[in-house]
Amino acid sequence: MSEMVQTAVAESVPPGPLQEFWGYFRENRGALIGFSFIVAVLLAALFANQLTPHSPYEQYRDYILTPPAWQDGGLWRFPLGTDEVGRDILTRLIHGGRMSLFIGMMVVSLSLLLGTMIGLIAGYAKGMTDTLIMRAMDIIMALPSLLLALAIVTILGPGLINAAIAIAITYLPHYVRITRASVITESSKDYVTASRVSGAGVWRLMFITILPNCMAPLIVQASLGFSNAILDAAALGFIGLGAQPPSPEWGSMLSGALEFIQRAWWVVTFPGLMILLTVLAFNLMGDGLRDALDPKMKR
Amino acid sequence: MRKITTRLLPVLLLLICFSQAQAKTLVYCSEGSPEGFAPALYTAGTTFDASSRTVFEGLTHFIRGTTEIEPGMAESWEVSADGKSYTFKLRKGVKFHSAKHFKPSRNMNADDVIFTFERQWKKEHPFYAVSGGNYEYFNGMSMPDLLNSIEKVDDYTVKFNLNRPEAPMLANLAMDFAVIQSAEYADKMLKAGTPEKVDQWPIGTGPFVFEGYKKDAQIRYTAFTNYWKGKAPIDKLVFAITPDASVRYAKLKAGECQVMPYPNPADLAAMKADPKINLMQKEGLNVGYLAYNTLTKPFDDVRVRKALNHAINKSAIIDTVFQGAGKPAKNPIPPTIWSYNDATVDDAFDLATAKKLLAEAGFPNGFETKIWAMPVQRPYNPNARRMAEVIQADWAKVGVKAEIVSYEWGEYLKRSKDKDRDGAVLLGWTGDNGDPDNFLAVLLGCDAVGGANRAQWCNQEFEALIQKAKVVADPKERTKLYEQAQIVFKEQAPWATIAHSMVFEPLSKDVVNYKIDPLGGHIFYGVDLK
Amino acid sequence: MLNFFLKRIGVVIPTFIGVTLLTFSLIRLIPGDPVELMAGERGIDPARHAQLLAEMGLDKPLLVQYWNYLVGIFHGDMGTSLVTREPVVKEFFTLFPATLELGLCAIIIAVLIGLPAGIIAAVRRGKVTDYTVMGMSLTGYSMPIFWWGLLLILLFSVRLGWTPVSGRISEMFWVDEVTGSMLVDAFLSDEKGALLSTLHHLILPAIVLATIPLAVIARMTRSAMLEVLREDYVLVARAKGLAMPLVICVHALRNALIPVITVIGLQVGVLMAGAILTETIFSWPGIGKWLLDSIRRRDYPSVQGGILLVSCLVILVNLTVDLFYGVVNPRIRHNR
Repeated sequence: MSEMVQTAVAESVPPGPLQEFWGYFRENRGALIGFSFIVAVLLAALFANQLTPHSPYEQYRDYILTPPAWQDGGLWRFPLGTDEVGRDILTRLIHGGRMSLFIGMMVVSLSLLLGTMIGLIAGYAKGMTDTLIMRAMDIIMALPSLLLALAIVTILGPGLINAAIAIAITYLPHYVRITRASVITESSKDYVTASRVSGAGVWRLMFITILPNCMAPLIVQASLGFSNAILDAAALGFIGLGAQPPSPEWGSMLSGALEFIQRAWWVVTFPGLMILLTVLAFNLMGDGLRDALDPKMKR
Repeated sequence: MRKITTRLLPVLLLLICFSQAQAKTLVYCSEGSPEGFAPALYTAGTTFDASSRTVFEGLTHFIRGTTEIEPGMAESWEVSADGKSYTFKLRKGVKFHSAKHFKPSRNMNADDVIFTFERQWKKEHPFYAVSGGNYEYFNGMSMPDLLNSIEKVDDYTVKFNLNRPEAPMLANLAMDFAVIQSAEYADKMLKAGTPEKVDQWPIGTGPFVFEGYKKDAQIRYTAFTNYWKGKAPIDKLVFAITPDASVRYAKLKAGECQVMPYPNPADLAAMKADPKINLMQKEGLNVGYLAYNTLTKPFDDVRVRKALNHAINKSAIIDTVFQGAGKPAKNPIPPTIWSYNDATVDDAFDLATAKKLLAEAGFPNGFETKIWAMPVQRPYNPNARRMAEVIQADWAKVGVKAEIVSYEWGEYLKRSKDKDRDGAVLLGWTGDNGDPDNFLAVLLGCDAVGGANRAQWCNQEFEALIQKAKVVADPKERTKLYEQAQIVFKEQAPWATIAHSMVFEPLSKDVVNYKIDPLGGHIFYGVDLK
Repeated sequence: MLNFFLKRIGVVIPTFIGVTLLTFSLIRLIPGDPVELMAGERGIDPARHAQLLAEMGLDKPLLVQYWNYLVGIFHGDMGTSLVTREPVVKEFFTLFPATLELGLCAIIIAVLIGLPAGIIAAVRRGKVTDYTVMGMSLTGYSMPIFWWGLLLILLFSVRLGWTPVSGRISEMFWVDEVTGSMLVDAFLSDEKGALLSTLHHLILPAIVLATIPLAVIARMTRSAMLEVLREDYVLVARAKGLAMPLVICVHALRNALIPVITVIGLQVGVLMAGAILTETIFSWPGIGKWLLDSIRRRDYPSVQGGILLVSCLVILVNLTVDLFYGVVNPRIRHNR
């Protein structure tokens, strides 16, 4: 099936790489749904202030633990109800999207940038430097990511930014390995040798010649890394070491939720649902990206 | 043989079931795991609940539900005229518990008392270094400086010689670190080569016999049938370790436990409304305060301190930080302690007075300073950061711009002691023995400057009063002196006294005769089930 | 063969040293003073402060401290908890059986459901069954398990009242510790209903902890099966007219199992991370909850020792899986 599509595409006018990519991506319904959901969350996060009349921090002391609007005692003023100090849950969820996307973005860009740099250095330098870097990466890989993030946050102290740094460190090895492997395979290829012979400098070789050729796996890894980052940040928030209250991060919104399990299901349910849906969306999109960027891997 | 067992088994089972149905078991959903079972080694109330307040007893004893002293292992005592020697007559016929690995051969006597104290005191004692050898409370209460010698006069008489008179001594001896251990048990374990067993499997004279501990899960006790005051009304006592307050509440509702400590403030309303739950409450033995550094400008001026006190809205703090589970504090000691001076007048929230005082002190436009907020949650301050924010907002109204700073807890404690420290520090104190000296001398005495006295405040009038109260034996006279000291404190205002926490304890309506311990313990002797 | 083993073990040693460096620096990078922490609001006099620092060995130069730390580790000494004053190693191994029991049950659930689900999905490739299984496993893979646990408690414990909220066994029972596994101990004990109560307490946390490994195993089984089903010998077997179930069970599954078992082995890290969250939600007295409690109580020696021990465990299991993989799959052995 995939082969047929490939030949069909190849026979028509040669499409640009972007068009080709979109062609594959469009085929994948799951990826499209994931992508649309992410766009929706992104838009909601961008226009959070315009979308809701409330502030995520404002406490309506007279409306503590109001149930969602469709339940008895619910109010359309607070469609998804209010929390233990009377803040509107929907507003907090929308603003929470900002934090989760922000942390995802920060983790991915930090680990992508650093990881690619280190990977380039390791792959290019070889020898002792390479060994040292790869051993360090082995250590990071040896630890469960949440555990390592816990250790780092213990040192840095709790907080959203520190949590992002900690999570970024735990994801470094993936990017380092991918980049290093590509550098090693690519640098033995003819075009690299050619540009080296023609006198290209080290930096030019690394960034202009080699790097663009290992972009595809990096992009796939980054989009999957997004979902892991959101999940881990939420877990850290939940155990009280990530975003600190009163910030409306989804994980930390759940950190006190056990308290309300007896009498306010909506406080417990919605933030987690948002985490699940967003992470799922990123995973769907990541799968789609992988298939589209690397048709050989398509199963 | 086998036949007999198979025939007897149903009968036995029936017997067991029957006796279990008869046995009164009280389950206490405790808030955490004990650090261990040797009260002298630890400092947490959770540990004391599980050891010194169930298994052990001291020479003196707090009357249940108060901070007053009654005889315990000591039947009576005499204090010498100079206040430097205490002679205790021990109670006769007091039995120790037995366990699988230890059967006591004798009753409690002077050797046990001497063992208890020398273990913590004499470095050459064979038990000093066992289990780490950190006797934080023994040292914290300055026992090594205070004790000169402990003599065994006869088997049932012990004499404590002190280096100086110390009126709170009787209260000190009622504390958890001073509960009487069995010297015979220690000897036997030492000979067996397992001295640390003494600290892991407690053998005491108290109302409950330790049966076993499953780490982080459960502790079991049975009532001691030979207890000298008579067997406890309940037969079995179980501590079900349940760290999460809402889970404790769920268990209480489901009848899986009958008593729980530390409910969520958010659940209090529902608990009050629940017909099956009896919600008890009392002020905690603590005070949360904001200590100015009285050695540095501008806090060296009493008018500035008074002004800032007038600019703090305590009722807002009680609402937002304590969520109602607190009471505004006006004195440096909580109202459950004897000698609490109810006649002192608090610095009311009054911005006009505050501004006027600031202007008189030469700061009509305020000044810039720091508020230190602790990074941890304590009973006397559930959320220091939020408290600091409220105070910051209040002070801004009189022109005082405060920056909130915080450090890691260990660092915070260390830096806040510094005499040159900049700004006002949020901190607090939970009492050890219910004696006013334990608050006033520890936190505000001249010796404590550069240490626990975070206000770095050394006032001669105040110091003279508390020093005198330390040596006078008569409780009435001591009360007068402490009342006076509280007036001096209020005039001089080295702290803004913020709040005392409220202790809430929900229990099943089946529980009879439970009393909240003002010292923060949970005591089950005397408690019964309907 | 021996060469391969030695090489693999050789790689583990620097990793181990790296982990000790990490845990060693952990306690020293945290600002603040452990002695002040122990003393609390009361404070401590300077002489005793210095004495305690010396007792903990914190007054020596860093290199000496690290050396002492390493020597200690080889003697099984990982420091003493600031809270209980008990050796960290002892604390760890007291609680470890609880985590082990939970983890094993989770893995069993994950394999029992994940393996068949993956096989069915592969066989019914492109059909509704396949999409359902894959959709569910991707959902499981994306699940924030702390929320999943809360949701299950909300439904089964609070709404339906079927399972208890927390703990390992009802307070009614007192089971003597023989093996450390509550299931076995309860089975051995003569208390009626103890075993049932244990199962009752175990089921929800085990399901929660199993969720992510289950999803991973299902996905991995499916892709491994698909690959094998394309191989010539399977096609030949099918062409010869062998029944499909037989082909799957005898020929395909056997070969597909190797990568799947590897993946199962690699779930140990995921399980440990999951245990921290699951145990916290269900008040399960195991390593994960203890580690988190230690962080909250600022009991840094316990955090340090706990992280080191858990890491060693994960490294060891991964090494075992690696060696196993090398034994069953000669290509790996010779390629590297």
